[in-house]
Parts: sequence; C-alpha cells; structure tokens
Amino acid sequence: MKNKEAIKGGEFIIRDSEIDEIFIPEEFNEEQKLIAQTCQDFIDAEVIPNINRIDAHEEGLLPSILKKAGEYGLLGISIPEEYEGFGQDFTTSMYVADILGAGYAFSVAYSAHTGIGTLPIMYYGNEEQKQKYLPKLASGELLGAYCLTEPNAGSDANSGKTKAVLNEAGTHYIINGQKMWITNGGFADVLTVFAKIDNDRALSAFIIDRDFPGITFNPEENKMGIKGSSTVQIFFTDCEVPVENLLGKPGDGFRIALNILNLGRIKLGANVIGASKAAINLSVKYSNERKQFKTFISTFGAIKYKLAQQVIKAFANESAVYRISQNIEDSVKKYINDGVEKGKANVEAQREFAIEAALIKVYGSEMLDYVVDEGVQIHGGMGYSAETEIEKAYRDSRINRIFEGTNEINRMVTADTLIKKGQRGVFPMFEEAQKINIDSLGAAPTFTDDYFENMKMTVKNFKSLFLILTDCATKTFARKLPHEQEILFNFANIITLSYVSESIYLRVKKIESIKGEKASEIYRDMLDSFIFDSANTLYNNGLEAIYSFVDTNDQQKYINALRHFTTVMPSNIKEGRRRIADKLIEDNKYSF
Amino acid sequence: MKALICIGHVPDTTSKIRFTDNDTKFDTTDIQYIIGPYEELGLTRLLDIKDAGTDLHITAINVGLKETEATLRKALAMGADEAVRIDIDPTDAFFVAKQIAEVFKNGEYDFIVTGKESIDYNGGQVDGMIAEFLNIPSVTGATKFDLLEGKAGFEREIDGGKEVVESVFPFVTSAGKDFAKEPRIPGMRGIMAARRKKLEVITPVEQNLKTEVSKHYLPAAKPACKMVSPDNVEELVRLLHEEAKII
Repeated sequence: MKNKEAIKGGEFIIRDSEIDEIFIPEEFNEEQKLIAQTCQDFIDAEVIPNINRIDAHEEGLLPSILKKAGEYGLLGISIPEEYEGFGQDFTTSMYVADILGAGYAFSVAYSAHTGIGTLPIMYYGNEEQKQKYLPKLASGELLGAYCLTEPNAGSDANSGKTKAVLNEAGTHYIINGQKMWITNGGFADVLTVFAKIDNDRALSAFIIDRDFPGITFNPEENKMGIKGSSTVQIFFTDCEVPVENLLGKPGDGFRIALNILNLGRIKLGANVIGASKAAINLSVKYSNERKQFKTFISTFGAIKYKLAQQVIKAFANESAVYRISQNIEDSVKKYINDGVEKGKANVEAQREFAIEAALIKVYGSEMLDYVVDEGVQIHGGMGYSAETEIEKAYRDSRINRIFEGTNEINRMVTADTLIKKGQRGVFPMFEEAQKINIDSLGAAPTFTDDYFENMKMTVKNFKSLFLILTDCATKTFARKLPHEQEILFNFANIITLSYVSESIYLRVKKIESIKGEKASEIYRDMLDSFIFDSANTLYNNGLEAIYSFVDTNDQQKYINALRHFTTVMPSNIKEGRRRIADKLIEDNKYSF
Repeated sequence: MKALICIGHVPDTTSKIRFTDNDTKFDTTDIQYIIGPYEELGLTRLLDIKDAGTDLHITAINVGLKETEATLRKALAMGADEAVRIDIDPTDAFFVAKQIAEVFKNGEYDFIVTGKESIDYNGGQVDGMIAEFLNIPSVTGATKFDLLEGKAGFEREIDGGKEVVESVFPFVTSAGKDFAKEPRIPGMRGIMAARRKKLEVITPVEQNLKTEVSKHYLPAAKPACKMVSPDNVEELVRLLHEEAKII
C-alpha cells in the first residue's frame, strides 16, 4: 500500500488490487475473535432459544433482549468512548453485524437500533445532542428508530409530505404527517424523523422523543417474515418538537438520509453472512440426517451441488464485504488524518464507497435468498413446514431485497453512479475503455500455467466487458442512458459480479499466501466455480445489452469480444463443487 | 483471598476429531479452541462470588504454548484479574499438576479450582494430583461451591443423593456440572479491559514424563439400524440371538 494512492470508490473497475490492499476474514485478530465469540454466545443463549416467542410478539421480549445486548456492550460497538461506547473500528463493527446476522428478527431490531436508529445522531448531532442521547443509546436505556418512509414516499424518499412549521414563539417545530414501515417503532424511545420545513424542497431531520405530545402509534404490522421485529405506522398530529432537536441544519435531512442508507447497505452485506452460514448449517445437518433410498441424502450429487453453491456464494459475499470494510476503514483514517471530524470522516468514507455499498447490498440479499431457497429444497416437504427453522429463514430473508433501498434502486445506483463518476473524470474510466481494441481480440484469451495470473486476467476481462459496453452505450444514449433501466441493470449485474469475482480471487490468493497451496485447494475450487458461473451470467447480460442497443453492423464484433471476455480457464467444476460439499458434509457445519 | 483457576484450552465441542503422525497426535488443523466448559463454570462461580462482595483475586492459569493465550485472554475478558501461562506443551496430567502445584506454592494462593475433567482427553486427574503434590484436601466434582467463614462449603453428587462437604484452606476443588448456572459471556467492557490485564509467561519446572501416548483411535462407526416389522417377532428373536448375541 505504501506510496500508492488509496483506491477511490468505484475505481476498481479500471484498477486492479493486490492482496496486501485487501483485508480477509482469516486476518481477524484475537480481540476481534473474542468479540465475535461474545456475539455468537449471545445469539445462542439469548436469541435462538427465544426466537418463537419473539416472533409471536411476546410483550416486551424483544426490547428486553436488545437491552440485554446493551449490557454486554453490543449496542455501543461503534459509538466513540467519549460517549460511553467502545469506539471499535469499522471492520469490527461489520464483524459484529455479520455474527448477529444469524438472529432473525432480533438482527433486524439490532441493526435498526445501532444503524439508522443511532447513527444520524452520532454523525450529525451537535455536542449537546450527542451527550444527551448517545450514552443511553449505547447502553440500551434508550432504543432508537428511523422514520423516513411514508405511504407515498418509499424509494422516492424526498417526496415525503410530513411537514414541520416553526411556531410563532420560535421555540418549537410543529410536525404533522404519517410515517410507515418504522422498524422498532413499537418500542423505540428516540425517533429520527424526516419532514420538510414549510415549503422546502429538501427534507430536514428531527430527533423526537416518544413521549412528545401529538404522536400515535398504530398496532404492529403483520408481515411475511421477520415477524418478531416491530414494524408500525406512526402519526404526528401537531407534534411539538423543541427547536434544539433539529438535526443538522434545515434542509440537511435528505443528505443525512442518503448517507445513512449507504451504511445500512454495507451492513446488510455483513448481516447476510451470519444468516447464510446459519441456513447452510441447517441444510447440511438435515442432509446428513435425512435418509432416502436407504442412504443419507447428502451422498447425492444433486444435494451436493446445492450445498456447494450455497457455500461458494456465501464465501464470495463475505470476501467482498470485508474488502469493502477495509476500504472504508482506510478512508476513514485518511479523513481523520486530514483533520476531518470523526463522524464526518465516517460519512464521507461511506459515501466514497456508495457504489460498492449498493452492489454488495444487491449481491448479499440475492445470495441469501438463493441459500435459503435451496435450504428449503434440501429439506423437501419438511422445509415447507412452519415447524422447521429453515422455513423461518426463507421468509425472513425476503425483506433484504426490499429494505435499505430496493435492489432495483441499488442496481440503478451501482451502474448510474459509476458511469457518472467516469463522466466526471473522477478516474479515467472512458479513457481506459477506449484503449481496448475489440477488433484485435482473439477468439479466446491465452491462458498460461500461472493459476492466479489467469484469474487476474479473467477478472480484468470481466471489467473490460463493462467498459466497452458502457462506452458504446453512453455514445448511443448520451443523457438518456439513465432512462434505459433494463440496460443499466445488465451493467449493474456485470459490475457487481466483476467486483465480487475480484474479491474472491484476491481472498483465495491471499489465503494461499498464508496457508500454502495444499491447504488452499478447496478455496481454488470455490474460485473456479464462482468465476465459471459469473462468466455465464456476464455472457447473458452482455448479450442482452448488445442486442438491445449496439448498432446491428457492429453487433458481431461486440459478440466476439463478449465471448473473448467471458471465456474462462477450463476446469472440472462438478468435481470441485463435490469436494466443497464433501468438506461441508464431513464438518457438518460451515467452516471455510 | 486469592484463587487460582485452571483454564483448559480444548477443542470446540463440534470439532471434527482426526489424528496425525501414525495416530499418536491430535490433528489441530482448522480446530477452534475454547475454555474447557467445566473450567468456564468454575471461573463463572468465582466471579459470581466476587461480584457478591467477597474480596477475591482470581488468577487464571494454563500450561501451554503461545496459542493458548487467546483462551487465557478470554478468561481475563470474563473477569479474571490476571493470568499465568506456563510455557510448555502439556504432556500428561502428572506433568501439568506438578507445574500448577509449583505456581501455587510460590504465590500465596488460598485455593485452586479446576474443571472436573478436560473435554478432550477426559483425564480427570490433575486436581487430585495437585492435592497430592501440595498435601492439601481435594473435593472432586463439586456441584455447589461457597466461601464460608474460614472454610469453604461444597456439594457433590453421589450415588442416589448428595454429599455436603466443608474444607479448610487451602484446598483443591474440581468444578462439575451446576458449579455455576450458565457460563458467563464476556461483555465489551471486559474484553477491552482484558487488553490491559497482566498475562505472565513463566518457564516450567523440570519433571520427567511418566506416560506417553502410543496410539489414538476413533470409535468404530455404528452399524445401520435394522427395522423389524412388528408382526415378525421370529426375525427379531433371530437377530437378537444370532447377530446381537444378547439372548
């Protein structure tokens, strides 16, 4: 890393990373592992034994478990020590989110409290507000929620109708409006509420205590999954909020909301790690106990395929998540060194990596949906019974593709933001694109006998595919490209898989540099399989894009390039997947 | 009052057990280590006693190489005041007991708590041997433990009932099930504090080995379960007689 300029958000598309620039989970230190163990013990002792009672909304149970997490210090992981938190770094907070992600409805309540419930105050609060709220949010004495969404303002968050009007005396804002899908709303003591002051175009944010006059709470929503988490509508009728409870300046709200969402997206990527490993464990245990045709179903290739794919996708997601964590952490440190205040440094770093946050939110949520779906399938009829844990995992997973910005919004963010960064010249994306001479590409790339060099080239080829297509698309559509959502989705899929492919490639290479070749064979199997699957998905997305906008005279040329860029080193993927499954089956749990 | 608590560094209970070097050594590849569950209960009980107001200084001790420090650090995070690691790969119970007895002699401790057995080699001998080395009382497999005025009170499970025992100081006791309710989970405060607590590494005393492991082997796989239809009693009798050979 020395003498090298830190990588910018999105720059991965034209810049290769080396293994010393990334962090992999194999590098957690003793103290981080101890913290993770506490989180795991907490899930095992306090959450899982109570999960059915939580899902049945037993009065007061979920907030009491959150408060217990507070006693263990788990609500104050990221809160600075001067506000009675534990001031842990970003990667550690991601590790905590990862392990606690296995707690079903509890995880959602935990994430909402420590993320959107606490961070607006931590990042944007003035000293007085931070002193007043943060120590109590860290201990769990106060629980937090975040009120942005309205019946007619979901993905289009800035279109909210909730109004704030300053009273004549200038002491209070009078707030009127309705908020919905408020996680933790049933018990939260502190609400961050977004409203427009007078006829402002942009939102403002307010800290509202539950006992302020003029607030009513609807009963709990009846949801498909995460049933135990609290989700309510909240009505504000002439609610009087002291002026000192304005968060930031008037009109700052939309920026606050967007920046907090960046973090929520990355954290979701971490949450699904724990959730996916839990679902994989349920799957492999069941397949090791269930007999059909006089043998355990885990001996069948059909089941091994599913188990291996679950593991590979979860492993790939994990590789990308901790790579992003390290990027953000490095960036936070850089801002702090430059004299930026800690809260702002975090916000800026998270915004810098908004593309990576959006793409990992999409990849992670769809990975978990794949894992739980195949988990149900492995359980067969039992998987459809509400008696089994995998059935809950299946229902609980679905929300991840909807909240923290739908996957559609996040695909748009991924592609659109990257293209705009290129157009603004934040890094020379289009210059790099124009360097690729697609006329001179052979039918297939030339592979050598250096395994990792070949992988590096393949990952670069994936990125090149995006570069040539986006160069052509921006010329074709100019400013109208953002309206071509289907094409942007193709692009987002290519960008995402390029990033995740590079992350798993770098991780496997780094693992091999630590553990040696022999102990890393299984990781090469994962990499081979992941790259193979990604190439196929890239091919489909590329072809769809080419047929949808490339001039018919040029199509063949682009299709040749597409074939070149998505041709990967041949390997026996079936046997590789079997080895992965066999290890999982022997260990009877995810331990990669 | 000063207590010494032995902290076993043992494989996680879900570990896959494999052997290497002609089955003479345990294969530690990919093994996650934990505090022995009985020692964890022992430490938890001591912490409960301390939290209830007794002036008790708790030293966690382990005989092992550098990698066991993570386990000792967890004991510190749970609340032990300091830790000692005797820097050698432990071989047999006699050797380990000798090392711990030496530390006890040099440290003005009032009593020692061990687990009733380690969950890897299930030796269950160290506590008794320590008592013998030091010539002090030993109460094994205690299920209840309290510090009383000038003495300690214990309960032990015996065949068909319970035994209530009292002992003068110093003594060794080994913690059994129910020594404490649930093992304590270290909180963030404890984890952060553990960084600054003293973890002393000391060199072992000389002790010749008394035993050596010649071979490990895994239990034979259980044969498949045979189902006999309820109206086929003859077949059941035949199987019990000819295959199971129990009638």
